[in-house]
Amino acid sequence: MQDSPHFTSPPKRFPTGDVTPPALLFTAGPYFLLSITFSPRTVRKEPLPAAEHGGAHYKYHIWGRDRTALPSRSQFFCEAGLRASDMGSARLAQLNGLFAAYKPPGLKWKHLRDTIELQLLKGLNAGKPPAPEQRVRFLLGPLESSEKKELTLTATSVPTLRKHPLVCGPAFTSLKVAVGHRLDAQASGVLVFGVGQGRRLLTDMYNAHLTKDYTVRGLLGKATDDFCEDGRLVEKTTYDHVTREKLDRILAMIQGSHQKALVMYSNLDLKTQEAYEMAVRGLIRPMNKSPMLITGIRCLHFAPPEFLLEVQCMHETQKQLRKLVHEIGLELKTTAVCTQVRRTRDGVFTLDDALLRTQWDLHSILDAIEAAAPRVAAELEKSLSLGLDTQQLPSPRWPWDSEGLSSALGLESDVGH
Amino acid sequence: MALSAQQIPRWFNSIKLSSFINATQLTKHCTRPGKTLLHGFSAQPQMSSDNCFLQWGFKTYRTSSLWNSSQSTNLSSQENNSAQSTLLPSMNEQSQKTQKIPSFDSELSLEGLDDLPPLSPLQPVSEEEAIQIVADPPLPLSSFTLRHYVDHSETLQKLVLLGVDLSKIEKHPEAANLLLRLDFEKDIKQILLFLKDLGIEDNHLGTFLSKNYAIFSEDLEDLKTRVAYLRSKNFSKADIAQMVRNAPFLLNFSVERLDNRLGFFQKELELSVKKTRDLVVRLPRLLTGSLEPVKENMKVYRLELGFKHNEIQHMITRIPKMLTANKRKLTETFDYLHNVMNIPHHIIVKFPQVFNTRLFKVKERHLFLTYLRRAQYDPAKPNYIALDKLVSIPDEIFCEEIAKASVQDFEKFLKTL
Repeated sequence: MQDSPHFTSPPKRFPTGDVTPPALLFTAGPYFLLSITFSPRTVRKEPLPAAEHGGAHYKYHIWGRDRTALPSRSQFFCEAGLRASDMGSARLAQLNGLFAAYKPPGLKWKHLRDTIELQLLKGLNAGKPPAPEQRVRFLLGPLESSEKKELTLTATSVPTLRKHPLVCGPAFTSLKVAVGHRLDAQASGVLVFGVGQGRRLLTDMYNAHLTKDYTVRGLLGKATDDFCEDGRLVEKTTYDHVTREKLDRILAMIQGSHQKALVMYSNLDLKTQEAYEMAVRGLIRPMNKSPMLITGIRCLHFAPPEFLLEVQCMHETQKQLRKLVHEIGLELKTTAVCTQVRRTRDGVFTLDDALLRTQWDLHSILDAIEAAAPRVAAELEKSLSLGLDTQQLPSPRWPWDSEGLSSALGLESDVGH
Repeated sequence: MALSAQQIPRWFNSIKLSSFINATQLTKHCTRPGKTLLHGFSAQPQMSSDNCFLQWGFKTYRTSSLWNSSQSTNLSSQENNSAQSTLLPSMNEQSQKTQKIPSFDSELSLEGLDDLPPLSPLQPVSEEEAIQIVADPPLPLSSFTLRHYVDHSETLQKLVLLGVDLSKIEKHPEAANLLLRLDFEKDIKQILLFLKDLGIEDNHLGTFLSKNYAIFSEDLEDLKTRVAYLRSKNFSKADIAQMVRNAPFLLNFSVERLDNRLGFFQKELELSVKKTRDLVVRLPRLLTGSLEPVKENMKVYRLELGFKHNEIQHMITRIPKMLTANKRKLTETFDYLHNVMNIPHHIIVKFPQVFNTRLFKVKERHLFLTYLRRAQYDPAKPNYIALDKLVSIPDEIFCEEIAKASVQDFEKFLKTL
């Protein structure tokens, strides 16, 4: 057979897909896919992460440049006269991605997730009811044109109520909304949600092991059993001797010890070139499970008995942050309780991206998803490439394996490319 | 439609097994329910050939008469009747009165079960007979949803066009069965006319019936007695209409029960007759709901929150919903108002609508005002902020007039909580 045209003269506007008719793509079959794998630059417009194989490229190019970007909403709505269920399903097709909401204190994360699901369903079900459907029935009747009475079947379109919303109920009854890193009831701050295809991205974000920012408020002079202000009082102490200097010293000590732990849990042999490059870029962090690690801590405001800390950490729970405040109090030879834990950043989502209670509706959420999509994609690509550069050993429990680490590193980085 | 005038039936033929269909029989009146038995029976696997419809009909006739007598409870009987009556389900059509199954049985038995010769499947069939073979899929004998039956039941269609939400009613199987069995002209129309006389508008009938479908099983005389009782207690016609609209189940309660409830509220609240009447008209679900929460709430107000009896009376005449409010939310709101915002009892009594708002709203606005140092709730001092202004106005107006800040500032503040 003649040489596949895709080798010699690839379609100019590929990969948007509107030039090459789908039939050609399918009939070319495996030759076509091969062409992508072997000569990616001639066929693709921009480079994709090397880990994906040809089939994945093909899929992504048909549907969008990256996994998170989808055709804009306006394309769906440009056809006039879309029925309400079509509008709903068009909006549902857009509802794929990650967004962040601001969880107020006192609200359980599950209630927030349920509220968001209900609001999205309300938005999807809203709209004018569709025009009544018709069904075709073959009705028996005499043909008036003929002289003698003759029976014949005429196909007539008869209105039917089978698909009426009052008979079937609302078109959308449930929606899967997933939650990222959870916040407990007393904490507040940025809470990331995923809908539709975005739920897969949540797993990717989790595996990227990005850091989170918190502001933590503490109160000197008390100690309670659950480290919160309203817990059972255990101890009361004086705090006159506490100065800003002492606090800063303690925080620096904490940061130093956690820095050491960071390096240890990231399982990098610091003597390798890759590790040096990563350290230069500031990327050393554990890419698997580890205890809470603080990558940065500093005091923003100190007015005894209150103080405000900014903590940058990973693999934490809010309870551990409150315990941290308690321990800082102990180090300062006094006691402290935590009055507020507020997350200001979760990965790429900051306070500006977080939606307030008045914005928990379909329209704002769709906007938020669209706005956040490119940043999320960029971050995921970066962490994916980071993960490929350095293959991690399973856990630090077997330090004797670090001998073989560098050789393993050298081997696996070849396979990745 | 060409057939609208004549309502040519196509179902009548094959029970007349003694003769072939000829043109004269087309003009016979339509209430021959025989054909629909084919629907129920075509599920039989051996009845697959279309050609021997006569024999098929014969067989179905034989066994279906047994089937009919045995299946007395399910809705197939109504379905058969109503299926014939709704060939063309347009509302303007005169619905054909269908014969009841007993007469159908008698008619069948008169047809002469005995003198039918067995028919061969290889018998040739004329073109006219072939046209008249009805091969519609049969109606399911039992279903979890009403949408399979809505096209064949005039009652259901008229209800949908009135605005009744069948998708809610089908969740209660006994209600759905009741509606299918009822006849629109005889039973439902009476009740609808009664409701219209009562003063319920047409566009409200749908929502009313969606909630209170059980009214169709009530006796019309009983309903009239209850309305007469309410009139005797000096409720005006408009009042009664409003009560029935807001509490759809009101007329399902017997006169004794209504009397007991009214007596309870009069005794418990010790209000004048006129005020009790106003209270009940504003919140008619006091009469239909349980009395235990009301008793609990009265005790909470008196003992736990410490209001005097005349204060409770004043608050309840202003906001009747307080009688049925959630006890936990009441105590939480009062705790915040009295202990955190330091508002005394006599000011809370003046503005009982604070108990009707969500607690987070009160908290957020109070904290914002505290941050701006404008939180002053004492009428004696300058810059006093009334509680109703605090809770009952929308965000934009609150920010502009009370807090003298912009909505963006309020949102930024909310993200620091």
